[in-house]
Amino acid sequence: MTLTDLTLAEARDGLRAKRFSAVELTEAYLAAIEALNPKLNAYVLVTGEGARAQAAAADAALARGDARALTGIPLAIKDLFCTEGVRTTAGSRILEPFVPPYESTVTANLLRDGAIFLGKANMDEFAMGSSNMTSAFGPVTSPWTRRGDNRPLVPGGSSGGSAAAVSARIALGATATDTGGSIRQPASFCGIAGIKPTYGRCSRWGIVAFASSLDQAGPVARTVEDAAILLGSMSGFDAKDSTSADVAVPDFAAACRRGVKGLRIGVPREYRSEGMPAEIEALWQQGLGWLREQGAEIVDVSLPHTKYGLATYYIVAPAEASSNLARYDGVRFGARTAGEDLVALYENTRAEGFGAEVKRRVLIGTYVLSAGYYDAYYLKAQKVRALILKDFTDVFAKVDALVTPTAPSAAFAQGEKMDDPIKMYLNDVFTVPANMSGIPGLSVPAGLDAQGLPLGLQVLGRPFDEETVFAVGAALERAAGFTALPGIRAGA
Amino acid sequence: MAYTIEGSTGPWEVVVGMEVHAQVISQSKLFSGAATAFGAAPNSQVSFVDAAFPGMLPVPNREAIAQAVRTGLGLNAKINLVSRFDRKNYFYADLPQGYQISQFEHPIVGTGVVEIELADGSTKEIGITRLHLEQDAGKSLHDQHPTKSFIDLNRSGVALMEIVSEPDIRSPEEAGAYIKKLRSILRYLGTCDGNMEEGSLRADVNVSVRKAGEAYRTRCEVKNVNSVRFVMQAVEVEALRQIAVWEGGGEVQQETRLFDPNRGETRSMRSKEDAHDYRYFPDPDLLPVVLEQGWVDGLRAALPELPDAKQARFMAEYGLSRYDAGVLVAEQATALFFETVAKGRDAKIAANWVMGDFFAALNRTGRTIEDPPVSAASLGRLLDLMADSTINGKIAKEVFEAMVETGRDPAAIVDERGLRQVTDTGAIDAAVEAVIAANPDKVAEYKSGKDKLFGFFVGNVMKAMAGKGNPALVNAALKARLGQ
Repeated sequence: MTLTDLTLAEARDGLRAKRFSAVELTEAYLAAIEALNPKLNAYVLVTGEGARAQAAAADAALARGDARALTGIPLAIKDLFCTEGVRTTAGSRILEPFVPPYESTVTANLLRDGAIFLGKANMDEFAMGSSNMTSAFGPVTSPWTRRGDNRPLVPGGSSGGSAAAVSARIALGATATDTGGSIRQPASFCGIAGIKPTYGRCSRWGIVAFASSLDQAGPVARTVEDAAILLGSMSGFDAKDSTSADVAVPDFAAACRRGVKGLRIGVPREYRSEGMPAEIEALWQQGLGWLREQGAEIVDVSLPHTKYGLATYYIVAPAEASSNLARYDGVRFGARTAGEDLVALYENTRAEGFGAEVKRRVLIGTYVLSAGYYDAYYLKAQKVRALILKDFTDVFAKVDALVTPTAPSAAFAQGEKMDDPIKMYLNDVFTVPANMSGIPGLSVPAGLDAQGLPLGLQVLGRPFDEETVFAVGAALERAAGFTALPGIRAGA
Repeated sequence: MAYTIEGSTGPWEVVVGMEVHAQVISQSKLFSGAATAFGAAPNSQVSFVDAAFPGMLPVPNREAIAQAVRTGLGLNAKINLVSRFDRKNYFYADLPQGYQISQFEHPIVGTGVVEIELADGSTKEIGITRLHLEQDAGKSLHDQHPTKSFIDLNRSGVALMEIVSEPDIRSPEEAGAYIKKLRSILRYLGTCDGNMEEGSLRADVNVSVRKAGEAYRTRCEVKNVNSVRFVMQAVEVEALRQIAVWEGGGEVQQETRLFDPNRGETRSMRSKEDAHDYRYFPDPDLLPVVLEQGWVDGLRAALPELPDAKQARFMAEYGLSRYDAGVLVAEQATALFFETVAKGRDAKIAANWVMGDFFAALNRTGRTIEDPPVSAASLGRLLDLMADSTINGKIAKEVFEAMVETGRDPAAIVDERGLRQVTDTGAIDAAVEAVIAANPDKVAEYKSGKDKLFGFFVGNVMKAMAGKGNPALVNAALKARLGQ
């Protein structure tokens, strides 16, 4: 048993019981990063010096009995979160030289609770991607491989670095963000837990924006309980974010122990998509069976507008992104490529600074907002979005949570689907509705496919009812007894 | 008589609508905590939100919203309890976000009305289409370096109100009266300082011309006109230009033009084809602005008395003419000054003194109503000295000049300089006798019917008494003596 095998809850208890120190735990992780990151490329920046200083401070705090929720817990921070004095790139060339002079609210909350930051996690550029292939700093390699096949796989995206780091045990937990599935899909691909909380639960202040009405921060972790502990620290009202919700933060970890007896679990029939692999369908049925055995009632429900979710998402998200990314113009911060006049400066800077997928989405977004197309695309998409929310509101009058697969497939190989953006976008088909409606969604590792790759189940809940989501997710986790480990991992 | 411009094809009517940008008086910017004071060192009042750093988010300034609502109430306008902020997308070096946060579809204030007064004493209502809140941009400085442009972001994010009028304005005079009245209302409300030189009030003037009875013809927008005089000039020169185009067989093209006050002309800035596609959409970083009726009512109850109401009251309460009342209420400070002087005194005399000698002294000394050379209380005491016959009107003017020069109290000046009015009939009679004795020929003329000479005698008696004679007593004494 090495220190890196411990869950976050176990490590927390071990630190408080002085079985090992925060410095020892952090050194174990830094050593693991040094050994494995060259293979995985999960971190774009390792902040060893800062981590050691934070660990020493954590030990001092533990010694004087001042243990907070995360004192001494080493985490990876998705490179979308601005970290004061620490380079923050959003996976983009255009922010390669950017060192924020401020700390995002979410990471400030984690620091307040004693967390240690190991470094910045790789990600799809500006969180646009489902494979982590669009990062300007190279793809992340999944720690998992297919049985008898050594081809490198993707960890999913956009929080691919976060998920790979947690899965390979080179971080005890990680922050991530989810605009269309960027927490849940990589969590599913990497065999770990990840929750996108309700929109407004975590402050967006200091997180590089992709699509403001959809972006939401959340944790990825090795267990549902670990995710609950992390979310408890990340959450909370923030007056600096006008869309932050002024609601109390409940004890999410306690909710993991509630059980599902008497809960009504909905099964949306529209998620039974054509061409879904049989083993995913089977796992889904198995998951529902586990919940039934633990006392839940399974109810068939309908979310009739789900089929429009992906199409509308790929209008709304690029529209907001095209505007949000206008600030990367080479004038005030970040990379600049000179030009003979202002327009040339813009064109050169953005042509060199942005990758192909970002450019594609900026173009789509600009198109759907332009005169003559706005009504047909953006406005229509917003109307459909309202209907998607109404579907969920109606369903949640009848059931307490929904259970679906997280993604329509297991992890695919690096380079696959790269020639066909639509195929890539289909990865988000089950996760996007939660972003469009703002409801919370959790991915729980539930089994392996025939090739030995992890598959996740998704739990969706009512707005600001993450507690029920955690209760259902923990019940699935207990029943699944998922113990499979990736081939590339610390301590292996 | 309606204003028209005579062209070679006959008279043309001028049609004008205005978009006025008024900088909101508030401690901090519309969506950030940075300060808004004018004239600070470049880039010294810029938050990370104003500079659009990654991950920064706007938070609406409650006071700026209150100021917009106050202004809406002052314009007799509909307050929209639900409004929304939108993004207006375009690239420019002094626009850090790459978009301006504005209100496009759902402004905070709807239709209203402003009453203007014209030189002939008539009044006219100008419709307000809407008022919305938006961010100001920064400032590009192109003259600081041979090859580079400098950017000052102090103004970036400062709250502006854009006040859009209906095309109800029909002459340069009406355009001037409208902007003056708007400025007056804003200053009364304390929502904009109205300083056009510093750019806190800027007008875009939409001008078209037409023949009587026609529908509107194509209009041009003249940008950033920064004084009342320039607004009037811009309307006139742009109308003349358009008339020349139409009468020359051409067609006016819809475009944005710039007014050049030095050359007295407008120049094309960009045509309709070059117009931006601003890609407006609701700002996803901001929730709709939802106001409670009770909060709006509270703001309404706390509004000051506005120029129209004050003018009506001055006419009713003080018996002033519409014109005089209008002059006195144009500025709140002037109205207050007048009321301080008039309180417990003859209001018409007070109005004459404020608008006459006092205004002249303001002009001459270059002082302002906020920092006047003679206080309202002092001027009041001067009027009291006249009322109780301590001094006469002519001496009062002399005392007033001394007050302007020395800043001293009128009673002290009267005492020191021995200006107290002479009411001693013996002294007056003596002066009358002396004047009559010195002018036997004039006395004869007067007695033979040349009544107009009476003024000559009064003047000479007063002169003999160094102006201090009580005018009524002097008149009486002369009448009596000459009637003998």
